[in-house]
Amino acid sequence: MSGGHSDRLYVPGASAVHRLPPQCKLVAVLTFVLIVVATPRDQFWAFGLYAVVLASVAAVARVPAPVILRRMVVELPFLVFALLLPFVSHGERVQFFGLTVSEAGLLGAWNVLAKGTLGVVASILLAATTEPRTLLLGLERLHLPALMVQIMSFMFRYADVIGGEMHRMRIARESRGFQARDVRQLRVVAQSAGALFIRSYERGERVHLAMLSRGYAGSMPVIVDVRAGRGQWLTAAALPMPALAIAVTAWSLT
Amino acid sequence: MTSHPGNRAPSLAVHQLAFAYPDGHQALFGVDLTIAPGERVALLGPNGAGKTTLVLHLNGILTAGHGTVSVAGLPVTKDNMLEIRRRVGIVFQDPDDQLFMPTVREDVAFGPANLGLRGDELAERVRHALDQVGMLALIDRPPHHLSFGQRRRVAVATVLAMQPEILVLDEPSSNLDPASRRELADILRDLELTTLMVTHDLPYALELCARSVILDEGVIVANGPTHDLLCDQELMRSHRLELPFGFDPKSLAVPGR
Ligand SMILES: Nc1ncnc2c1ncn2[C@@H]1O[C@H](COP(=O)(O)OP(=O)(O)O)[C@@H](O)[C@H]1O
Ligand SMILES: [Mg+2]
Repeated sequence: MSGGHSDRLYVPGASAVHRLPPQCKLVAVLTFVLIVVATPRDQFWAFGLYAVVLASVAAVARVPAPVILRRMVVELPFLVFALLLPFVSHGERVQFFGLTVSEAGLLGAWNVLAKGTLGVVASILLAATTEPRTLLLGLERLHLPALMVQIMSFMFRYADVIGGEMHRMRIARESRGFQARDVRQLRVVAQSAGALFIRSYERGERVHLAMLSRGYAGSMPVIVDVRAGRGQWLTAAALPMPALAIAVTAWSLT
Repeated sequence: MTSHPGNRAPSLAVHQLAFAYPDGHQALFGVDLTIAPGERVALLGPNGAGKTTLVLHLNGILTAGHGTVSVAGLPVTKDNMLEIRRRVGIVFQDPDDQLFMPTVREDVAFGPANLGLRGDELAERVRHALDQVGMLALIDRPPHHLSFGQRRRVAVATVLAMQPEILVLDEPSSNLDPASRRELADILRDLELTTLMVTHDLPYALELCARSVILDEGVIVANGPTHDLLCDQELMRSHRLELPFGFDPKSLAVPGR
């Protein structure tokens, strides 16, 4: 999670979706994904409707479609996996665009692809409308263990610092004629990684001293309070509620 | 100056402080240092002299093997720790160590929030501290997006927000370009706060501090007006303190305060 990278996921704006407290959005997205995953895979229409629900959220949040499409590349590995399924699966064979493939595999591929895509798009919308920092505050609010949230926020803060250190070490290596051509040079790279670890550890100690010096006594003070009202929870429910209705219908039809 | 040294306990009183690291290396041998309210004092000394070790004793991060430290009359002991850490504002050398929160606002709020401030009172403290160092406009930025000079100034704000009795700066001018160095000097001068400035930057010490002490090998070897110390070539050379090329303190008038 590099600082620069996570900043780019965020699309600044002031829409209703942007303004919702992070914990509401987190819960909404999580519930939505769980409902989608629980939907029977042969109710194809249900997935079309889920897509419509997500498209409406994207429209309200003013997140442009090309932005979403570009970020969907994270899904590529799943796509490849899904494409292979019909060919490697056993069971009854069916004709599909002139190819003989496994029927169970085809359904399995559709299942992975449809549910995966909906989950990825929901997460992209969450990241696009919530600053990474605020997302952490939301997790804190949802009573994720404080230590975990602290570690994540340190990662957010120090990713660039450690990345910079790594970059300087690589330049220093290469300035002295080092080229990573094959595995024999692995030893040098491993040594650099060790040095990086020690530097990061020492930095951790210095940061801890700086924290103690400002009165830290083991728990982070709550500085930014992101409280959510009933109205905001209800607004956030606009994502999982229609999904729930769709899923219930889909189940009753099977 | 508005404070009257005679009426109050010294801002900082270090008495016969000695300390050895757990590995047996003795870093301080009976250090004495007194700083009156409102005074700005430079702590000079070569690498490894024990300067950082001394600084870490001032707010109880390290505790004395022998001797005492007290801040505005309050001794540094386990029971007083939170109040001592409020009174002694240490600005560490690397601002990346000091600024560990995701935004400037939260970083400056960290200290006063640990002291129990909340809500408007906390927000006001943060704004005031950032205003004092001219960084109010950057309040919502993440620290890693600031220039080095800006980060150093925000680091100063993080301790100003605790309204310290004494400001302690470890190498404040290191890694700054000349413009940032001058801007920081202007800020420090305008704060009119009791200050202990650890530095190798002798012109900076002369510019900002009327008095200097020299620490070498864990003992205070000199204590006097900065101008006099810098003009004593023999003293400076014997403690590995060198003036930059072309800098002649004798040619400068003694800076007024
Ligand atoms: N954690 C430590 N353990 C052992 N020795 C240390 C430690 N930190 C510093 N020292 C030693 O103590 C002496 C004083 O160090 P320090 O206070 O950092 O000097 P300065 O800040 O003046 O450069 C040095 O000789 C240093 O090697
Ligand atoms: Mg030092």
